[in-house]
Amino acid sequence: MDLFIAIFTGTIIAATPLIFAALGELVVEKSGVLNLGIEGMMLVGAAFAFWGVIAGLPMPLAILAGALAGAASSLLFGVLALTFLTNQYAAGLALAIFGSGLSAFIGRGFGSAPIDALDAIHLPVLSDIPLVGPLLLRFDPLVYLALFMFAVISWFLYRTKAGLVLRTIGESPETAHAIGFPVIKIRYLAVLFGGLMAGLGGAYLSVAYTPLWVENMTAGRGWIALALVVFATWRPLRVLLGAWLFGGMTILQLQGQALGLGVPSELLSALPYAATIVVLVIISQNRQMLALHFPASLAKPFRPAN
Amino acid sequence: MHFRIEQRPEPSARMRVAAPIVATALTLLVGSIVFAALGHSPLATLHAFFIAPLSSMNGLSEWLLKASPLILIACGLAVGFRANVWNIGAEGQLIIGAIAASGVGLFYPDPESVLLLPLMFVAGALAGMGWAAIPAFLRARMNTNEILVTLMLTYIAVLFLSWLVHGPWRDPAGFNYPQTALLPPAAMFEPFDYAYRLNGSVFITVVAVVAMWLFTDRSFLGYKMSVSGAAPLAARYAGFRESAAVWTGLLAGGAAAGIAGMAEAAGPLGQLSSQISPGYGFAAIIVAFIGRLNAFGIVLGGLLMSLLFLGGDSVQMTLGLPSALTRIFQGILLFFLLAADFFIFYRIRPLREHA
Repeated sequence: MDLFIAIFTGTIIAATPLIFAALGELVVEKSGVLNLGIEGMMLVGAAFAFWGVIAGLPMPLAILAGALAGAASSLLFGVLALTFLTNQYAAGLALAIFGSGLSAFIGRGFGSAPIDALDAIHLPVLSDIPLVGPLLLRFDPLVYLALFMFAVISWFLYRTKAGLVLRTIGESPETAHAIGFPVIKIRYLAVLFGGLMAGLGGAYLSVAYTPLWVENMTAGRGWIALALVVFATWRPLRVLLGAWLFGGMTILQLQGQALGLGVPSELLSALPYAATIVVLVIISQNRQMLALHFPASLAKPFRPAN
Repeated sequence: MHFRIEQRPEPSARMRVAAPIVATALTLLVGSIVFAALGHSPLATLHAFFIAPLSSMNGLSEWLLKASPLILIACGLAVGFRANVWNIGAEGQLIIGAIAASGVGLFYPDPESVLLLPLMFVAGALAGMGWAAIPAFLRARMNTNEILVTLMLTYIAVLFLSWLVHGPWRDPAGFNYPQTALLPPAAMFEPFDYAYRLNGSVFITVVAVVAMWLFTDRSFLGYKMSVSGAAPLAARYAGFRESAAVWTGLLAGGAAAGIAGMAEAAGPLGQLSSQISPGYGFAAIIVAFIGRLNAFGIVLGGLLMSLLFLGGDSVQMTLGLPSALTRIFQGILLFFLLAADFFIFYRIRPLREHA
């Protein structure tokens, strides 16, 4: 039973940074913009949040610092892709490289000491209910925030007028522009939101998941988040399910390493990456499903005439 | 005064040449500001970053030694990028190439055979191609995004290398360092001069640059691939198969990266270790873009990027600045270059006030 609880809660926690980053990227891609720089933005967010804790900021402010730093870094991509109409693949890669360099630069003075991690909540009585308490009511606040953001984004995209405008821009910026919507401005907002969410995901890694500074600590999660959006065929609920699936993979291979199955730990660590490929291949077979939800203008530069 | 951005009637040839120069100048400017903010004299730091590494024979040797794999890989990648085939896993293909080549070098029955180096070359190239064939097959046959597959395979390659050098291939006499035994002399490129590390593998890069130029500018397949990149619909009407572009693009990148990995193991390193590449596979992507996916541009881009690597090491050693600055400058340089490209196609005009 304890093992089950450990695997279940571990899965939810490991999925949280992916949920933040992938939901943010989902909104960006729904507006027709492809930002490949998630890994860089997450690293910047992780570094700034960690810096906040070391500098003595209260935990919520440190996390906010990480989120804002992620948003600020996304602006570099935004200016290139939206104002200078750059190839979005190249601009995103530049951000990924820049972010990893910047985070390593900021993190050079952090040392290797762990910090006090973000505390889990403990509700009186409720968190002590057998089974339900340990399974659902003893996470740290960011786990709940990630789920809350899932609800907000699902509602925003499919139940509000602003969400409809965003999706229209992703399908046909020309049409949206002709109707009179400020395409570029809305895309900027989407990119900033994506940066904020990636920054939050990075902050979660450095102050809650593994509360110590390791260079390049995201270890490819930014790229896996990108894969999750494709895996989810651009739908929020599937992003959530996908993140849990990968969180589960991560925890199971860690459990496998702990049990010492006789399989080298490096090969077990490779499992989540291999699983990403397998899942992508399976999803890619359903071309109809992909075409149905794919934002038609994705990664195509747009400049309003005049 | 108001300004207005308008499309140029023709792309500007002058801006095409000026853009990389402007981007480099702006990167230097930002670099100076960063150095000043860190409390170092900008001029002295720029000197340590860009001049000092080139002011000795050893520095020049290191400059070419590091530029060589960058240019080689960028040439291979650019073949794919021209056709919108996004292989960003050259780092993984380099690692697999280095593993295969080192395997041949370490375990070939006759360690003094003159065939050893050529066999390692073939092993490196084939292994790099094999690793790149996975995303090529998945994209061409299974409709799977090659960006994500090449990247995931890079993480897997890193872990595989780590397992090999920590486990089965670790040098028993190596004090537990994660590295293999040294390659036999017949498995190594001989340096031009034993005082320096530059070796004959740079000629591979020279051949690759010429081959890349011939392929992109003089061959029909190269032409077809450029059309697929620039105008996918036109390419489809003309009957050019997308899968041919995918296979060619990925295999060219994989072969180049695999050979670069082989040349690292058989050149400056002389063994396989977990530090086989300081990020050449990723930096080569920037080199390809700086060089505008063109063979001779890539040579210049590779020399510039190599200098950034050397400069990062140099300021770390002389001024104690973190070598992470290298990656920051790589990113900034690419940012400015991409932004400067805008002015090839657009111009800013002052708007006259109308009465």
